[in-house]
Amino acid sequence: MNLRRLRAVSRKEFIQIARDPRSLGMAIAIPMLLLLLFGYALTLDVDNVPLVVWDQDGTHESREFISRFTGSPYFSLYRYVENYRDIESAVDAGKALAGLVIPRGFAGRTGSGRKADVQLILDGSDSNTATLAAGYAEAVTLIYSQETVAANFRCLGGVEPLPPLDVRTRVWYNPDLDSKNYIIPGLIAVIMSIIAALLTSLTVAREWERGTMEQLISTPVKVPELVLGKLIPYFTIGLFDVLMAVLMGEFLFQVPLRGNVALLFVMAAVFLSGALSLGMLISIVTKNQLLASQVAIVSTFLPSFLLSGFMYPISTMPQVVQSITYIIPARYFVALLKGIYLKGVGLDILFFEAGLLLLFGCVIVITANVKFRKLLE
Amino acid sequence: MDALRTENLTKIFKRFTAVDRLTLSVPAGGIFGLVGPDGAGKTTVMRLLAAVMIPTAGEAWVLGHHSVREAERIKERIGYMSQRFGLYEDLTVIENINFYSDIYGVTAGRRRETVRELLSFSGLEAFQKRRAGDLSGGMKQKLGLACALVHRPALLLLDEPTNGVDPVSRRDFWRILYRLLAEGVTIVVSTAYLDEAERCGRIGLMHKGRLLATGTPADVKRLMKETILEVRATVPRRAAAVLKDAMGSEAVSLFGDKVHVATDVPGKDTEMVAELLRKERIEVGDIRPVEPELEDVFVSVLAKDRENGIHG
Repeated sequence: MNLRRLRAVSRKEFIQIARDPRSLGMAIAIPMLLLLLFGYALTLDVDNVPLVVWDQDGTHESREFISRFTGSPYFSLYRYVENYRDIESAVDAGKALAGLVIPRGFAGRTGSGRKADVQLILDGSDSNTATLAAGYAEAVTLIYSQETVAANFRCLGGVEPLPPLDVRTRVWYNPDLDSKNYIIPGLIAVIMSIIAALLTSLTVAREWERGTMEQLISTPVKVPELVLGKLIPYFTIGLFDVLMAVLMGEFLFQVPLRGNVALLFVMAAVFLSGALSLGMLISIVTKNQLLASQVAIVSTFLPSFLLSGFMYPISTMPQVVQSITYIIPARYFVALLKGIYLKGVGLDILFFEAGLLLLFGCVIVITANVKFRKLLE
Repeated sequence: MDALRTENLTKIFKRFTAVDRLTLSVPAGGIFGLVGPDGAGKTTVMRLLAAVMIPTAGEAWVLGHHSVREAERIKERIGYMSQRFGLYEDLTVIENINFYSDIYGVTAGRRRETVRELLSFSGLEAFQKRRAGDLSGGMKQKLGLACALVHRPALLLLDEPTNGVDPVSRRDFWRILYRLLAEGVTIVVSTAYLDEAERCGRIGLMHKGRLLATGTPADVKRLMKETILEVRATVPRRAAAVLKDAMGSEAVSLFGDKVHVATDVPGKDTEMVAELLRKERIEVGDIRPVEPELEDVFVSVLAKDRENGIHG
């Protein structure tokens, strides 16, 4: 390997990127844009579920109960109605996702220590939201009924009975269960795997298409000098993208970064080497820009979205699918970023992911070098 | 010593034979022209010699190195210009030259002198900061040549360097080639232009992947057994059409405003041509035997080749 030649190749590549606003835009603007779009759109929290209420009782107690719903961040009152038909039309029109019906006699029954029923109607067409909304409603109701029971006992001068079991839940790493806290780190990993492969997928194919490769392979330049020389500029851009993403996570999405920032960037560097080389390998094999970019997107987008553990936990996948995830580099990067971001853990915990990521990078870099032939067919 | 030598060099693409058992040797220190029409296999030969393509069969030695086993040794010592412009259009003239200087490992000390010299003889001094993509066709070719010369190669392989270049730039280009020749560089150039072939010290005629003849342009012309009758007529295009109908298309070709007729019996055919044209009321200026040009040779060799093909 000749350093002068390596430098010449990467300087040439830098100049070409800098003079091509499209590739520069793709390299820097698109990852930011994706992070913005997905960061805001992909929130899995359910809040402000629009609620339609039919209060048949119309008492102080029933209004108190309703305010427990509407006063929480999970529900917001759409409107009061007076019959089932209006509930149905509100849900049908999508104006409300839940309907609460409080029957006549609600206050009388609760006040006298008897069991009272309330009805919750849910729009099950979005089962995820419906499940979560039902959970919130149950929690709100449970708290209300415990308080009512306690109040009734106090009125009767009795002692408050202890519940038979008291589960005290403490959520570690993400105590508010704020979904953006785990979505953003994973999202950075997913976006970077797509962008990295896409960036380099054009570089070699472009030279074959434009005819500059024929001239280049007639010189004594060595394959590793070409491959590494072409990787260096994109590696720099990739690290810059990660930096921007981390800054956006910090200041825009306010995701707490608990772990070591230096470790995060070292891991990003390891990941980028592999992901960028994958794009270059695709470019080397296809020798065609259009085909290369399509292969790069298909081979990174879906796997990193669905099989990296970003959207769905790997441990709940079928065994066969679980084994497939081992060959998806985004899997390790997602795990690493979540670990560093949310748990603040170091290499002592993450060595398995870090090691496999390194292995992946080495295999792909070597394959790219082997597959690159300084020959026309 | 030979600058390059091939033995039964063959390249087959799928079912198409681009180069067919080519055996050739080119002595050092001269301009060798690989001449032939489009599709003759010239580009494939140049690529095989530049060691950027593996032959299907046969072997080639370039500057004493084997083209497959020692490909990288060859690449250090030759300058190759591909048929299609192979430099970076989004880089400037000087950036391209510097890039190739780095790639060929030209040291800083020698570089300044070489680059200055290359810019001056290619006439690119004033365009150093211009993007290669904004240069004219002729300028692009000169830049290509400059980049192929940064490491002072012993052998230059130029694949149709003047294709699509205006006549003035072509003449400039050849002036540069003669200068390089004087400096002792061996040049192998492929061309479809027969006037350019006349400028070469030695030529090889190629057709359908085969080498039909080699030698100096004069040697090659002597291969022609027939006499050429030059016919001047007021409407040369029509005259050529009439003569082709009567005497066969292999024998008759149009050279600008003149018609050439190849014949074994010049006396008899002179009268025949005059008679044919008179019948068509085409005014004939003059019919006389002339020295054959390379194109005549080519037409005749191709015609014979076609006959041989038909008869086996």
